[in-house]
Amino acid sequence: MATRIAAGDVGVAGRKRFSETYLGEWITTVDHKKLGIMYIFTAFFFFLVGGIEALLVRTQLAVPNGQVLDAATYNEVFTMHGTTMIFLFVMPMLTGFGNYVVPLMIGARDMAFPRMNAFGYWIVFFGGLFMSASFMVGAPPNAGWFSYAPLTEVTCGNGVMCTPGLNMDFWALGILMLGISSIAGSLNFVVTIFKMRAPGMTINRMPLFVWMTMVTSFLLLFSLPSLTAAAILLLLDRHAGTHFFQAGAGGDPLLWQHLFWSFGHPEVYILILPAFGMVSEILPVFSRKPIFGYTFVAWSGVAIGFLSFTVWAHHMFAVGLPLVAQAFFATSTTLIAIPTAVKIFNWIGTIWAGKLNMKVAMYFALGFIGMFLIGGLNGVALAVVPFDYQVTDTYFVVSHIHYVLFGGSVFAIFGGIFYWFPKMTGRLLDERLGKIQFWLFLIGANLAFFPMHMLGLLGMPRRYYTYPDSLGWNEMNLIATIGAFLIAIGVMVFLWNFIKTLRFGEKCSSDPWDAFTLEWDTASPPKAYNFLTLPIVRSRRPFFDKKNPDIADWKTATH
Amino acid sequence: MRMPIFRGAKRWGMVLSVLLLASLLLSACGENSPSILDTHGPVAASEAGLFWFILVVATIVFVAVEGLLIWSIIRYRERPNAPMPKQTHGNNRVELIWTIVPSIFLFAVLIGTIYTMFGLSQPAGQALNVRVVGHQWWWEFDYENAGIITADELVVPTGAIVHLDLKSENVIHSFWVPQLTGKTDVVPGHDNTKWFKADNPGYFRGLCTEFCGLQHANMEFYVKALAPNDYQTWLTGQQQAAQNKNDANTQAGKALFTSAGCAGCHGIVGINLNSFNDAKTFMGPNLTHFGSRRLIAGGVLAWDPKDCQVQGTGNDAHVVDPGSCNLYKWLHDPQGVKAGNDMNIRRLSDTEIAQLVVYLESLT
Repeated sequence: MATRIAAGDVGVAGRKRFSETYLGEWITTVDHKKLGIMYIFTAFFFFLVGGIEALLVRTQLAVPNGQVLDAATYNEVFTMHGTTMIFLFVMPMLTGFGNYVVPLMIGARDMAFPRMNAFGYWIVFFGGLFMSASFMVGAPPNAGWFSYAPLTEVTCGNGVMCTPGLNMDFWALGILMLGISSIAGSLNFVVTIFKMRAPGMTINRMPLFVWMTMVTSFLLLFSLPSLTAAAILLLLDRHAGTHFFQAGAGGDPLLWQHLFWSFGHPEVYILILPAFGMVSEILPVFSRKPIFGYTFVAWSGVAIGFLSFTVWAHHMFAVGLPLVAQAFFATSTTLIAIPTAVKIFNWIGTIWAGKLNMKVAMYFALGFIGMFLIGGLNGVALAVVPFDYQVTDTYFVVSHIHYVLFGGSVFAIFGGIFYWFPKMTGRLLDERLGKIQFWLFLIGANLAFFPMHMLGLLGMPRRYYTYPDSLGWNEMNLIATIGAFLIAIGVMVFLWNFIKTLRFGEKCSSDPWDAFTLEWDTASPPKAYNFLTLPIVRSRRPFFDKKNPDIADWKTATH
Repeated sequence: MRMPIFRGAKRWGMVLSVLLLASLLLSACGENSPSILDTHGPVAASEAGLFWFILVVATIVFVAVEGLLIWSIIRYRERPNAPMPKQTHGNNRVELIWTIVPSIFLFAVLIGTIYTMFGLSQPAGQALNVRVVGHQWWWEFDYENAGIITADELVVPTGAIVHLDLKSENVIHSFWVPQLTGKTDVVPGHDNTKWFKADNPGYFRGLCTEFCGLQHANMEFYVKALAPNDYQTWLTGQQQAAQNKNDANTQAGKALFTSAGCAGCHGIVGINLNSFNDAKTFMGPNLTHFGSRRLIAGGVLAWDPKDCQVQGTGNDAHVVDPGSCNLYKWLHDPQGVKAGNDMNIRRLSDTEIAQLVVYLESLT
C-alpha cells in the first residue's frame, strides 16, 4: 500500500498518475474552463459534421433531378443536419461558452457543481457519438428533427409500416441523453449564477451574457420535460404496445406536435438568447461605450423567455386548429417580436456615437444585427396566419430559420470565438483571415438563404429530395448551393486561422481588447483558480472601473 | 487611414445587392411555377394580398434599420486620435419610443392577419364536396355525391365552392395548391376541412407539404379547373363503367389486368368493381378512367398517349419508343422509378407492357 501511494504521489521513476498526463488531465478534469473548451471543441466537430450534411443536401438540390443522394439517404441526411446543428452544435457550443465565461464574469472560482459539470459534458460527448453511430449501423434518424408521429411509429395505423428500423430509436434515446446533460448544465448555471457571484455583483450588475445564460437555463429546465415526455411516449409506442400518437387506437398525432413544440419553441430562444448575450458583450467593448439600456436588454430577454412558452402552436397553423386558437398564437407571436425589436434598437444605440474598433469580433456582431433583422422580419411574416398557410413547410421557412440560426446564432458564436479566443489561449486569431472569413460568411449566407424566400413563394416545399426542371426553381437552387459552398470555404479559412494561430499566432496581453468585464481581469489563459483574490464589484463594468478610476461607472451611474 | 475596409464593404454591398436583385428578376422567369403570387382563386388571392402588405411593411423597416446600422458603422468607426466617447448608459424616453413604434407596426400587421383569417371561412351556398384521401404517396379524390373516385387529378368546375374533407389513415400529409389555396394538414383521426374556388379554367399543381416518408417529394397532384359545361361532360364520362374496346391488344391487356395480378390492388368499374360505391377497397388508385388522367403514381411521371405508340399485335406487340413512354417505364420497373411504393410486381415482358399500355390508354 504505502509504496503504491508513494509511487503515485511523486511520480517516482517518471511514472505519473493518469490524471497528470496530458490526455488524462483533460479526461478527468472538472475545471469549468477545460470543460468549456471541450464543449466548444465537441460542438465545433459536430458543426463540421452538420456542415457536411448541409453540403450534401445542397449538392443534391443544386440542379433538378439530382442524382447525388437517393430518397432514403437524403431524408436521413436532412434529418441529421437539423438534429446535429441544433442539439450537437449550437446547444453545446453555447453551453461551452457559458461554462468558460460565466464563472469568470461573475468572479467565481468554478461552477457550483464541477463534477456535475463534467458529467454533463461527457453525456453530450457520448450522446453525440451514439446518435452518429446510427450511420454505422445504417439506421440514422430519418423523419426530420421534429420527428412527427405517426411517421416515427413502427406502424402508423392500418398495418402500414412506418419506421420499423432502429432509426427513430437512435433519435429518441439520443435526445433523452442530451436532455439529461442539458438539465444538469442548466441546474449548474442557475445555482452558480445565484450563489457564486463575487462581492458586490448584484443581479443588476451581472454582464448581459450571464443574464441570457440564466434565462436560457430556466427555459431548458421548464421546456425539456415536455420533450423528454414526448420521447418516452414515442419509445413506449414503438416498443411497449401503447398508442399515444395513433389515431386508429384512440391516440392523437397532434399530441406529439403539442408536446414537441411546447419544447421546440422555447428551444429556438435557447439557441438565440445566449447569442444575444454574446453580442451584448462584444458591441460595448468595441464601441468603447457601455451597453445602451442595460435594463431593457436584460428584461427584454426575460420577457422573451416567458413569452416563448406561449407561442408554440405557431408551428402548427396548418394542422386545423380552431380559428380562435390561431388568433391567440398569432397575437403571442406578435408580442414576442416587440422585446426582440427593442434589443436590436438597443444594440444600434450602443454603437451610436461610439468609437468603433473594427475587429473581427465586431464584424461578426454587427453582421449578426444585420442578418438577425432579416430573420426577424420574415419571422413576423410567418406569424401572419393566412400567409403562413401558403409558406409554412416551404423554403420560405428554411430561409427564416437559417437567417436566425446561421445569421443569428452562428455569427454570434464566431464573434464570441474571436472575442474570447485570446482569453482561452493567450493568442490573437489572425484579423486578416478573420475578415476574409466574415465576408465569405456574409455573402455566402445571403446567397444561400435569400433566394430561399423566392423558392418558397414559387411553391417549393421543404424536405423534397428532388424537383423537376420545369418549375422555375432551378436558378434559385443553384445560387443557394453556391452560397453554401462559400460558407464552407469560410469555415476552412477559419480552420486554417485556428491552426496557424495556435502554432505561430501573435501572443497578447491578458486584456487585448481593453474590455470591461471581470474575465479579462486575470491571466490569459486564467489559472485553475481564476482569480488570486476575489474581485469586488461596484458597477456593471468592474474592470473598466479599475482601469479608469476617475470616470468609474460607480461614480457616475447609479446601479 | 482605415478607409479601405469600408470602401471594400461598399463594393461587396453593391455586388450583393446586384445579385439579390438579379435573383428577384430571375424568379419572375418561373412562369410554370406553382407560385403563391400567381393566384387563380379568392382564397389564394387574399393570402397573396397579405404578402404584398407585409412586404411593404417589412421593406420600410428593413431599409430604415439596416440603413441606420450601416450609417452608424460608417459614421462612428474609429478615427485616429478620436477621444473616448461619452459613456451613456441609456435613455428611457428613447427606449419608450422604440418600444412603441415597432409595436404599432406589429399590431397593424396583426390586425390585418386576424381580419383576413376570419374572412377566409367558407362562404354559405352550394358546394362541391370531395373527400381527399392522402395515401403514401398519392392522392385519392372521392366525389361522394357524384359517386365517382379518381386519383392524382382533382377536377373541379370554375366558380364553384369546392369543399374538401381531408382524410388520412397512415401518416400526416398536407394538401396544398399554391395558386388556389394555402395548405391544410391531413391528420389521421382529425376531420380537417378546407375550401377553395377556381376563378378560371386551368391546370394547377398541388403538392404534399408535410414530410410523409420516403417519397414525400413524389406526392403531387393537379387541380384541373374546367368551365361548368366541360366539367359536366367530364363528370358524365367518369360516371360510366370502363370502356371496352374490341381490338386485340386492348382485349389482351384487359385479360392481363386480371391474370397478372393488377386487379388485386386496383379497381376498375366493370371489371372487378360493380360501381364506384362498391364496398371493396383496394390498395392502389382506381383505374376506371386512367386514360383520362395525365399523371402516374402521385405525379412521379407525367404521361401522354402520343408518346406511347404501340405497334403489332399478339406476341409482336411492342411500345415503339420505350425511352419516351413514361407508362412503359412505370410498368417496367415501378420500384426503380419510385422506390418504396406499394406496387411490387413481377417483371412484365415488353409484350405484356405494350398490351397493358393499350388497355390503360383505352380507359378514357
